[in-house]
Amino acid sequence: MSILGTRVLRTEDPGFLTRGGVYTDDVEDERLAGACHVFFVRSPVAHAVIRSVDVSAAREAPGVIAVFTGADLTGLPALPPPVPGMINDLMNQPLLARDVVRFVGEPVAMVVTQDPYQGEDAAELVDADYDLLPPVVDMSAATAADPIFPDAHTNVAASFGDADQFDPALFDGCETIVTRTIENQRVAPAPMETRAAAAAWGEDKDAGGRLTAWIPNQGAQGTRAVVASMLGIDPASVRIITPDVGGAFGAKFGADPEHGLVCWVARQLGRPARWAETRAENMVAMTHGRAQRQTITIGGRRDGTVLAYRLEILQDSGAYPKFGAILPSLTILMTPGPYSFPRAEAAAVSVLTNTTPVGAYRGAGRPEATAAVERAIDLFAAEIGMDPADVRRKNLLPAFTEPHTTAFGAVYDSGDYTTALDKALAAAGYQDLRDEQAKRRANGDVVQLGIGLASYVEITGSGSEAGRPQENATVEVHPDGSATILTGTSPHGQGHSTVWAMLASEELGIPVDKITVKWGDTDLIPQGGGTGGSRSLQQGGAAVQQASQELLEEARQRAAGELEANPADLVFDIGSSAFTVAGDPDASVPLARLAETERLVVRSVFSAPGATFPFGAHVAVVEVDTETGKAVLRRMVTVDDAGTLVNPLLAEGQRHGGIAQGAAQAFLEEVVYDADGNPLTTTFADYPFLSATEVPSFELADMATPTTYNPLGAKGIGEAGTIGATPAVQNAVVDAVSHLGVRHIDMPTSPQRVWRALREAAAPPAAGTAAPAAGTSESRDAQ
Amino acid sequence: MKVRLTVNGQDRSDDVEPRLLLVHYLRQHLGLRAANVGCDTTSCGACTVLLNGKSVKSCTVLTVQASGQEVTTAEGLAPEGDLHPVQRAFRAEHGLQCGFCTPGMVMAATGLLAENPHPTEEEVRAGLEGNFCRCTGYHNIVRAVLTAAGTMSTGATTSTESAQ
Repeated sequence: MSILGTRVLRTEDPGFLTRGGVYTDDVEDERLAGACHVFFVRSPVAHAVIRSVDVSAAREAPGVIAVFTGADLTGLPALPPPVPGMINDLMNQPLLARDVVRFVGEPVAMVVTQDPYQGEDAAELVDADYDLLPPVVDMSAATAADPIFPDAHTNVAASFGDADQFDPALFDGCETIVTRTIENQRVAPAPMETRAAAAAWGEDKDAGGRLTAWIPNQGAQGTRAVVASMLGIDPASVRIITPDVGGAFGAKFGADPEHGLVCWVARQLGRPARWAETRAENMVAMTHGRAQRQTITIGGRRDGTVLAYRLEILQDSGAYPKFGAILPSLTILMTPGPYSFPRAEAAAVSVLTNTTPVGAYRGAGRPEATAAVERAIDLFAAEIGMDPADVRRKNLLPAFTEPHTTAFGAVYDSGDYTTALDKALAAAGYQDLRDEQAKRRANGDVVQLGIGLASYVEITGSGSEAGRPQENATVEVHPDGSATILTGTSPHGQGHSTVWAMLASEELGIPVDKITVKWGDTDLIPQGGGTGGSRSLQQGGAAVQQASQELLEEARQRAAGELEANPADLVFDIGSSAFTVAGDPDASVPLARLAETERLVVRSVFSAPGATFPFGAHVAVVEVDTETGKAVLRRMVTVDDAGTLVNPLLAEGQRHGGIAQGAAQAFLEEVVYDADGNPLTTTFADYPFLSATEVPSFELADMATPTTYNPLGAKGIGEAGTIGATPAVQNAVVDAVSHLGVRHIDMPTSPQRVWRALREAAAPPAAGTAAPAAGTSESRDAQ
Repeated sequence: MKVRLTVNGQDRSDDVEPRLLLVHYLRQHLGLRAANVGCDTTSCGACTVLLNGKSVKSCTVLTVQASGQEVTTAEGLAPEGDLHPVQRAFRAEHGLQCGFCTPGMVMAATGLLAENPHPTEEEVRAGLEGNFCRCTGYHNIVRAVLTAAGTMSTGATTSTESAQ
């Protein structure tokens, strides 16, 4: 029986459950003996000229080895934008602020001490003097504000399309048009493990010796490139080792200035250096996610047919343009989602503000597209008084098995969106829910029921600019019957050790617990794309399968020599992991023995024809207390079709986690700044991190349509939950109070926002006094 | 200051800074690194250990406060090479992904089941409210704790004596 498709328990778990994972701060290695500890002094103000940084008192503090400021970093260039050509290259981030600080949390100085407690103490003694500059806090104010980088003469970091070129006739012929500006608010990725680094240089550092750096990351090869670039050295001089990684969610790709600086300190002082940031640092200095303001316009006929859709995006990139600045390109790519809108257009501008830089966060641009179009569909449905499920059915693309190319250039590999929606509605008991809702509405109950839907399609495993999506794997069988896999992916909770072993076991007949999976050491695995964008199984897993099959062919040749038989006459018996001559069961040789005289190892690169497009539908059920505005999530029912599942247990885990993060964005999470650019959500006491009491158990319905883009039939599953759940929950909260005249509530749908929306719906504000937080709304009958 | 305490059944005595947090004592002085530090505000619970059988956040206990008491960490829950029923249930129900919250979550669950051996789902969720997980959405963690409650009460699994 095939092991694929079965619920194999994770081989990684016993260690995590007993001694705990070995995260960067846990690494014990002789190369790190006697390491000093780095603590960063960060800007307490959003925008200012640095008049002086006095480190004399800090230098005298107990245990202090050195204190460095930006002036000490001679020869270290500023960090270039991650995507040259797309992002304004006059907006580079110095590793330590030099003349100007541009967000609260920007590193200004480093205190290096014998032990970590001393660093926190001494950092207090660094006396920086600032001349405040006016901060740009709200992204809508950015284009008109003085440029944060005067030399750039603009706060626009990147733009995609041109709203000035929008088709003035786009909505011609529409009977109903609804437009609204909505927030896809800034959130914190907040992996449980904060950022960290440990660095040691080889003995021959004066001769340009090599750096070994332990850094939590999502792809060591990419991290190596950024670290080398920050230090101005050849990537071949850098070895990145990836310890266990305590969650990443997109925010641990590449490397941040702090990582490069810890390596620099180790070189400068000639001794190993370590760093582990506090949560308060993490909340202001790790990149944030989302942060889009979207203007959506949707128009169509009163029978529910959408004729046109427009999406205009303002992306807050934060103080330095990173991946966040190009997120809108992914949002735009997915503008129409699973719908067959006859006309659609989109454009985006990414601007700088004096806030924490924005980067990738679980979904990275695609949740924003789904959130926009799913809110638009509901706004349209409410306007014409039609059930939102019916409006979706009427506009979803019909099922297709041949690739479908959208007006935005996305090539959907396969999809059956209506079936996904119908399955989700059936699993939720949609009609019963609507009946219950009608009853509560008729009774005028204080606690109202809301049902929210989201249909989605997303892009996973997209290729790089270099070409088609691909990943490598090396499989080696050892004489003792064990095997080792090297992979270019980089798990941080996803369970690749188990699943990659399952894939090799399926081909080679070696038990899963005898297969070791390695990743994240750039000396061992120089190439690799890492783990992100829900790419790993469909490319890295497919590479493991391919390498295993190629290894078996190599072994077959060796076995033929051993058994003096024609290779074609050999049968590989999975159960015994041995080749046997057909018709002669006594003539047999174990796979492991074929590795005795010469290493039995194959490296293979799998290339996919393109990205895959998983899809699904989510149904959220909420209760909203109309007196307090408090929304409680009661049920989440989801269909997430990611093609064939290799390990359903782990795929469900990915869905659960994504659903929770998506739901949390909808009703809880938000990074908040005051008008001066001071972050107000810098601890887990202030940032509403989701707890176990705030979500129900999730109800997952099955649907698996294999893709033809890889032999596994697998699409990505890592980000589906965040993509579907966020608009489903938001739509549910709005739906709970829609009969009271509410059409939209921005995320997070906090009690305050719900309560305010209810008050405004009951007594609409006079013209010209609309509360800005509620956005602007306009609807009209065109004919 | 001099401290004497029992950690996972072993007597320990040390001279520590008065301000040294228990979690840092465990991690840096004893090399017990299962308990993690995930926040600065006693919010996340990644550092949860048992103090005299009750779950505490070891980032909010001074080492000197733990003097004279018994501390159990995830390392000491089961003998080397074995898993405690709670640990076993976390594996069986896929109640962990990145693993960072896991030792704390396991200790919180163990403490919870000691106080309430037959919790409802709602009681499990309330009991774990102070332990954050970013990966699992809590779904399988809750399943794991309910499963562990079942096996521990029926003795269906060869139960390892926990050092409570």
